[in-house]
Amino acid sequence: MATRSKPAGAARKTLLLVATRKGLWTLTGDGPRRSWALAGPHFLGNVVHHAVLDPRDGKTLLAAARTGHLGPTIFRSLDRGRTWKEAVQPPAFREGSGRTVEHTFWLTPGHPSEPGAWFAGTSPQGLFRSTDGGATWTGVAGFNEHPQRKAWCGGDQDGTPDGPKLHSIIVDPRDPAHLYMSMSSGGTFESTTAGADWRPLNGGVKADFLPDPDPEYGHDPHCVRLHPAMPDRLFQQNHCGLFRLDRPAERWTDIGGAMPKSVGAIGFPLVVHPRDPDTLWIFPMDGTKVWPRVAPAGRPAVYRSVNAGRTWQRQATGLPPAQAWWTVKRQAMTVDEGATVGVYFGTTSGEVWGSRDEGRTWKCLARHLPHIYALEAT
Amino acid sequence: MTGRAGVRTTVGAVIRVRLPGLVDAYTGGAREVELPAAQSPTVADALAALDARYPGLRFRLVDEQGAIRPHVKLFVDANLVRDLGATLRRGGELMIVGALSGG
Repeated sequence: MATRSKPAGAARKTLLLVATRKGLWTLTGDGPRRSWALAGPHFLGNVVHHAVLDPRDGKTLLAAARTGHLGPTIFRSLDRGRTWKEAVQPPAFREGSGRTVEHTFWLTPGHPSEPGAWFAGTSPQGLFRSTDGGATWTGVAGFNEHPQRKAWCGGDQDGTPDGPKLHSIIVDPRDPAHLYMSMSSGGTFESTTAGADWRPLNGGVKADFLPDPDPEYGHDPHCVRLHPAMPDRLFQQNHCGLFRLDRPAERWTDIGGAMPKSVGAIGFPLVVHPRDPDTLWIFPMDGTKVWPRVAPAGRPAVYRSVNAGRTWQRQATGLPPAQAWWTVKRQAMTVDEGATVGVYFGTTSGEVWGSRDEGRTWKCLARHLPHIYALEAT
Repeated sequence: MTGRAGVRTTVGAVIRVRLPGLVDAYTGGAREVELPAAQSPTVADALAALDARYPGLRFRLVDEQGAIRPHVKLFVDANLVRDLGATLRRGGELMIVGALSGG
């Protein structure tokens, strides 16, 4: 698959979509990504779980939102956020199913050959599809009505503290019918039929919180990414560590073993280099004992691997050296497509950090924002 | 006659709906609207008529299984109701309240 690279010195601006617990902001970087301008908020007071720009047209922007009072919806912009409309028919389970969408958690644009197609993952776990740029959404019956769904997902009360989630919806860039998605809890699943049927794909992934440590499903993947330049390669940041899968293999390989023992291999986000299939970044957090879910020892650091997870390097230059107790949620880390890749993350304490040299040095780009749920670079 | 939401109404019969600020994005800031009343109006009828006037609003207040959302409270003539089948008095009042605590 062809991938885009921003030429060195290009004047193209970098846009970061900052989705927070209290609204949506944007950060716009100049060509060299040295200077950043914060704008917003959009939807002040809304919990915005994810905001994504459609890479196919460069102007359609969807935001998954709800407020403390009002139910979940999708806001749509056709002009990169200048004006917004609400979805006519937001994701909702079938009437009579007894299930209710608490919030839409994840948005994924569809295949380039299917303009206007989008997928959404919800809490509790549901999969929805739009074919009209997010105006109307329908449940993907192949998953939502699958006879095994309840067994795969557990109850709606199981899963992460603010509700079980369907996330990491991935469309194979070579084949619009080949999909992956993951659930916390439930595990990672694959469809080769455009979502008409699904099967678990969790072999080799640890689930040390379950009675059977190597079950077929029931795992807790936090974030799964497919490499755009090597679409047979998947990386997974899991509740129980780090894993890589090179298809057609069926069993994931543990790639967390080389992480320092004092830091561990647990975290929420994982991002891949846009062109180099061996390079990825993670942001570890403390998942020991009672799961504090903060930077290990209060010393935040990104870790990078340039050999698909065989070894890892700590990248913390510019980050607080001590007494920084935030972490990074699973959608809140992203990369741009610069010749030298920019890496960015947003924190639970409302700071956006960026590196314009692939993680070697870091700079705080914005602070004093609400708890950041998602960050997307365009 | 048939009202905007397809509900049978009597000429001149209305239900008054009092709206909270949290739905300003739909209502343009209106705090009170009058809707045509059916013969034996229910809360469901009123919400359907409200949605016809302000498309999308009902789903923000009531989920896909017909339950009033957890932090939305509905009062009929000052009495809390939890069922969309609750009846409204023609000329009566439906009050929508957002009830939430926390940071």
